[in-house]
Amino acid sequence: MANLKDLRVRITSVKSTRKITSAMKMVAASKLRRAQSAAEAARPYAERMDRMVGSLAANLPQGVQGPALLSGNGNDLVHLVVLITSDRGLCGGFNSSAVRNAKQFVNEKLATGKEVRILCVGRKGRDQLKREYGQFIIDTYEGLGRKGMRYSEAIEVAGRITTLFEEGKFDVATLIYNRFKSAISQVPTRHQMIPFESGDAPEETGDPAMKAMYEMEPSDEEILAKLLPRNLATQVFRALLESFASEQGARMTAMDNATRNAGDMLNALTLRYNRTRQANITKELIEIISGAEAL
Amino acid sequence: MDINKVQFDLVSPERLLVSDLYDMVVAPGEEGDFGVLPGHSPMIANLRPGVIDIYENGVITDRLFVAGGFAEVTAERLTVLAEEAIPVHEISADDAKARLKAGKQAYEEADSDAARVEAEAQIAIAEAMMAAISKADGAGH
Repeated sequence: MANLKDLRVRITSVKSTRKITSAMKMVAASKLRRAQSAAEAARPYAERMDRMVGSLAANLPQGVQGPALLSGNGNDLVHLVVLITSDRGLCGGFNSSAVRNAKQFVNEKLATGKEVRILCVGRKGRDQLKREYGQFIIDTYEGLGRKGMRYSEAIEVAGRITTLFEEGKFDVATLIYNRFKSAISQVPTRHQMIPFESGDAPEETGDPAMKAMYEMEPSDEEILAKLLPRNLATQVFRALLESFASEQGARMTAMDNATRNAGDMLNALTLRYNRTRQANITKELIEIISGAEAL
Repeated sequence: MDINKVQFDLVSPERLLVSDLYDMVVAPGEEGDFGVLPGHSPMIANLRPGVIDIYENGVITDRLFVAGGFAEVTAERLTVLAEEAIPVHEISADDAKARLKAGKQAYEEADSDAARVEAEAQIAIAEAMMAAISKADGAGH
C-alpha cells in the first residue's frame, strides 16, 4: 500500500535525524566539559588582572586623568558594541538571546541620540543583525576557537578594538556575550570595557587596604600603558571562553530535546504504521472470507 | 597563615600555575630583579622576560621562566600575571632557538613600526629563554 510505504519512509528519515541530533549532543557534551574547565581555569587571571587595574585606578592621585583606555576620552557619543555569538546554529536560543540583548542596547542608544558601531565575533550574530543594523557593522570575526580558544585570538580582537579607539572611531565600548551559568542556563551579559569598569563589586566602597599606596616600578604611566591593553585582551578572552562554554551547553540542551522529540515522533509513527498494517490485513481477510462465502 | 612565608600566585591567561607559600621569591622586574619577602611594601611592577626563582631555606627550589607580565606585591602576597610561564627545566634549547629564528625573521619582514616592536619583543623572549637554560646548565641542573 502507498500509505504504508510513506510511513516507512517517514520512520527511516526520523530515525536518521535522531541519530544526528544524538551524535551532536554527545559531541557538545564532551566539548562542554573541556570548554567549562578552560573557562574556569582562566578565571583567576582575569580576576587578579581586574583587581590590579582596580587598585591602579584607585591609586591615581585625585583629579588626575588616567590614560584614555582607563577613564575614557571624556565623550559618550559613539558606542561600540562587541557582540560575541557562535559561528554555527542548532544551539537553541543561544544566539538569539545575545542578539536580542544587543538590539535592545542599540535601540536604547539610538533613541538617546547616540551613534552605534558593531563589531561581531561569530557569524550568527552578524547574520541576525545584518538586515536591521547592517550599516553599523564594522567587521566580523569568524572561526575563533575552532581548535580550542587561544589567548592570541583574544589579543587580535582586543588589538583591533584598541586601534579603533585610538583612531577615535568610538568613545565607549561594551561587550555583549552569553555568560556561562550552567549547562542549561546561559545569561546574556553586558560588560563595559572602555572606560574601565570593574567586573566585580564597586571598587569605591572597597576596604581601605585596596587603597594602600602602591609603589610603581617603573612608573604609573608605563605600567598602565602595558597593563590596559592586556586587560582588554583578558576581558575579551574571558568573554570568548564563557561564550564558547555557553554555546556548547546550549547546543547540548537543544540537541537533547531534539533527540527526545524525535523519539516521541518515532513512537507515534510506529504505532500508526502497525495499526495501518493490521487494518490492511483485516481488510484483506474480510475480502477473502466474503469471497469464499459468496461461492 | 605562616607569617614568615609569602603567598606566591603565578597565573597565565589559560590557568593558575602556582599558588603556594614560600620563603622568598625573586622576580625579574623591568628595572632589575627584586626579591619578595613577607612584609614587603605594596608595589606594582612590570616584568621583563626572565626567570622567577623560588627560595626555600635559602636555596632555590624552583625556577620558572616568564615571558614578561606584571607583578603585584602586598605585605602577604606576590601575584604574577604572566603571559606565558614554563618551568626552566622544561624549556628545550631547540625550541628557544626556533623562536629566536622566527623572531629574527619576523623582524626582517616587518613592514610597520608596530610589527618591528612586536618582533623585537619576541627576540627578547627567545634570548631570555636561552639565557635561562645556559644558567640552569651552569648551576648543574
